[in-house]
Amino acid sequence: MTAGTATAEPTGPSRSAIDTTLRAILRDVLALEESQVEAFDANTGLFGHLPELDSMAVAGLFTEMEDRLDIVIDDDDVDGEMLETYGGLLAFAEAKTVES
Amino acid sequence: MPSGATADEMLLGFDRKREHRLLVVMPLFDEASKMRRQIVETMRILDQSSVDCFCPDLPGCNESPALHAKQSFSGWRDAAASAAAHVQATHVLGVRSGCLVAPRDLPGWAYEPVKPRSVLSRLARAGQISAREANQAVTANELIARGCKEGVTLAGWSFGPDLVNELAANESNTSPHHLPITQEEIGGSPLWLRAEPSFDPAQAQALAAMIVDRIDLP
Repeated sequence: MTAGTATAEPTGPSRSAIDTTLRAILRDVLALEESQVEAFDANTGLFGHLPELDSMAVAGLFTEMEDRLDIVIDDDDVDGEMLETYGGLLAFAEAKTVES
Repeated sequence: MPSGATADEMLLGFDRKREHRLLVVMPLFDEASKMRRQIVETMRILDQSSVDCFCPDLPGCNESPALHAKQSFSGWRDAAASAAAHVQATHVLGVRSGCLVAPRDLPGWAYEPVKPRSVLSRLARAGQISAREANQAVTANELIARGCKEGVTLAGWSFGPDLVNELAANESNTSPHHLPITQEEIGGSPLWLRAEPSFDPAQAQALAAMIVDRIDLP
């Protein structure tokens, strides 16, 4: 076994990697400062709380999540709950990453 | 137009009859309004760097009086080719979905080109989210299927069946004459992703510098 194999993550990217990528996507879509996105916690409200996040922006957000996290988001996944808070969106991204 | 038809559309140009004449093909749909200022500011810098630039309105887009619902990719390709001939363009810059209709024979650049199917999926997904807000249950795939048959309005844009079918067919317009420009090379976050239109002088400077540096290369 090589050192590389020993440190590999058998279940895909770590939580912190998904978290970092998701914050970067939100920063790009919402044009926020790094520090503002860093301050997001699990209860930070998203859809319905941030006026910039209209339907087109949400669609762009999903497309970026698919590209950068290498996941597929189905039509059935697009429900309201996972978009309500940052914690909900992160949990969704983690579940999808494990699936893929 | 190659078909023999004529069309009157507006064109933004910086024309001083110089050697290098760049046709800029804007992104389509929502990304057009998000990128317009950025592209115009890039054209201003190119003008100051001795490159003539022209950005035509495609039929049904921006100030065009033509109906968006009547447009197709083949029609937009004809219109972009006609504009290139009209201004005697020597090079072309396609931006995002603009790359899909940029004249293939002209040398130039493709700035972060996007696949037609990906454009359609994003618009249909926005349509699904809007419908859900209006308490209507319809999926993105159902909207695409409806669009292919009878046309559909997605995110405020009216699509005729021809255009939806062309997007769904996912045929790219990749030309060996169009060299890729990536966002990584430009630096900063992609402005087309932003929920509101924006402008980034550093990115405009980087894109213009890249074109000026490369325009004389064979």
